[in-house]
Amino acid sequence: MIKVALIGAGKMGLSHLSILGAHPNVEVVGVCDTSKMVNDFLTKHGGFNCFTDYKKMIREAKPEAVVVAVPTKFHYPIIKDLLESNVHVFAEKPFCLTSVQGEELVKLAQKQGVVNQIGYHNKFIGTFSEVKKLVKSGVLGKIHHFVGESYGPVVIKAKQETWRSDPSEGGGCLLDYASHVIDLINDILSPVSSVEGSVLDSIYSNNVEDAVYSLLKLSDGVKGVLSVNWSDETYRKMSTTVTIIGTQGKIVSDANELKVFLKDTGSLTGYSTGWNVKYITDLTDQVDFYLRGEEYSAQLDYFVKAVAKTVPNTINTFQSAWYTDKAIELIKQSAK
Amino acid sequence: MERILFGDNQFFAVNHISDEKSRAQSIKFKDDSAIIKTLDEARSLGINTFMCTTHDRIANICDIIRNDPQKYKDFKIYPCMPYAHKYANAVTELGIAGTLKQYVPGNFIGSMFKGGMAYLSKDFISIMELLIDAEMKMFKGINTPVVFLQNVITDLFLGLRAYDILIGFHDYVKKKYNAEAGFITMNMPKLLDVLEKGGVENPIICSSINKVGFRMSGGIEIYEETLRTRKLRAIAMQVLGGGAIHPKEAIEYVCGLPNIESILFGASSKANIQNTVDNIHLFDGVKA
Repeated sequence: MIKVALIGAGKMGLSHLSILGAHPNVEVVGVCDTSKMVNDFLTKHGGFNCFTDYKKMIREAKPEAVVVAVPTKFHYPIIKDLLESNVHVFAEKPFCLTSVQGEELVKLAQKQGVVNQIGYHNKFIGTFSEVKKLVKSGVLGKIHHFVGESYGPVVIKAKQETWRSDPSEGGGCLLDYASHVIDLINDILSPVSSVEGSVLDSIYSNNVEDAVYSLLKLSDGVKGVLSVNWSDETYRKMSTTVTIIGTQGKIVSDANELKVFLKDTGSLTGYSTGWNVKYITDLTDQVDFYLRGEEYSAQLDYFVKAVAKTVPNTINTFQSAWYTDKAIELIKQSAK
Repeated sequence: MERILFGDNQFFAVNHISDEKSRAQSIKFKDDSAIIKTLDEARSLGINTFMCTTHDRIANICDIIRNDPQKYKDFKIYPCMPYAHKYANAVTELGIAGTLKQYVPGNFIGSMFKGGMAYLSKDFISIMELLIDAEMKMFKGINTPVVFLQNVITDLFLGLRAYDILIGFHDYVKKKYNAEAGFITMNMPKLLDVLEKGGVENPIICSSINKVGFRMSGGIEIYEETLRTRKLRAIAMQVLGGGAIHPKEAIEYVCGLPNIESILFGASSKANIQNTVDNIHLFDGVKA
């Protein structure tokens, strides 16, 4: 049994806690939140050992690993404390508010030799991992363009003020929403190295952008477009799509459906020349406990296994999430 | 419960494999009249139970049904609550406490916050009961013999080990609405254990059951084993495995399993409804 604790029992935190609570190899030793109501509920109905001070929780409950799901501005100080206590860390995305903070934590995690993971759950979605596999196989030929898109109905009217609408706390469409698709592009193709121009557009929000449009250049020289809008109510929930165009083919994929056009399949099996369509049902591994999508269970299972040293700690490391933080910084600078 | 239950995913652009199809459905069912037309087509094929989420638009459908009691005299609705996106969006905007303040009727939450006292278990049960009442309002005067808890909520509480909330839902639905409680889940064997331990006998559980094991958490074998050896009233949903299985083969598999009381499916066109109904009758006949 791996002893795990949770800091932050909000929307994502409760979802993580439920998955951890059902995990056969996890003992949840503590939960820390500032809400009395949430703590009372979790104590009385779930039998969890709740705290309001995470430092006290670390001392008393002695977790081997901690899941951090607090507003982004608290990531840096809390994760730093955890790393210094030699605790394995899974933190929600985005990683940090500045690349300087993130760099420090990447180095500290390496020095302490602890497992480190960020909750970019798209990496655990079967369609997107298949996209990565196809790109790495070289079947698309020379890649010359990509489009990364995310749309959804988060802010669809004026006057919604939460930490998500405060840029200093990690709010805004760029940090909260666009980060997912930037992270996918970084991982599937190569990290963003410069940004040629960006528009950060406020549609309903006063203090943050509701849409991000950007022209990105990757470290391998490929250029592409980012188009993200969280004020689009024609989507029932967040929908992320990546389009990748090469000399020998093209991929259009979202979380459910992968469409691939190939001029020549080469040595690739399971595909034929022309259009191929694959569905998430063919590309998803079964999980032991399902809450909101296989990917949420799969990412935590991967973290638990990495702590138990049965898988390598290579997916969604602090380092990979840092590249995304860095890209976010470049986009902000280019929009000024 | 009837053998065939009609679902509502197609009406609300819920499509597990294609965003394009989801948009097409959104366009097709823009007007309530399109939903009613499809429900009437399903009725004409012998399906008299509509299992639906407590989506705002269902309130309009309920009005239409209430206004034509003769036409819908045999028609039943199985409400599935809550419509999770409504609460999820509210939690993003208002936080957990703010969401409860907004959706729990009366001044219950307000007085609790002012009191600054510890929350007791019975307070959370009371909050749940008030939320059930709020969700049930739109069905007043309509025959709702089974009331379901949606899978996101069932499974959230299952993982949080808040088992008494699940049992509380069962008890309240029975007491207040003289209806049976049902549970939708993606973790059927695990839920059955919990309900049995909580004293719920022969529970109604709706879960993904399909030939390819899609969304059958823990694996298809444990589901088949549970159906063979345990006592529950199972409803099979996602029988087409999100479209991964040929319809005929999909229905043959489900009809061949023991202990499946009902099959839940949704479809947008009369031809597709007819096709699934025919397949169910065909393979039920083969089994008999």
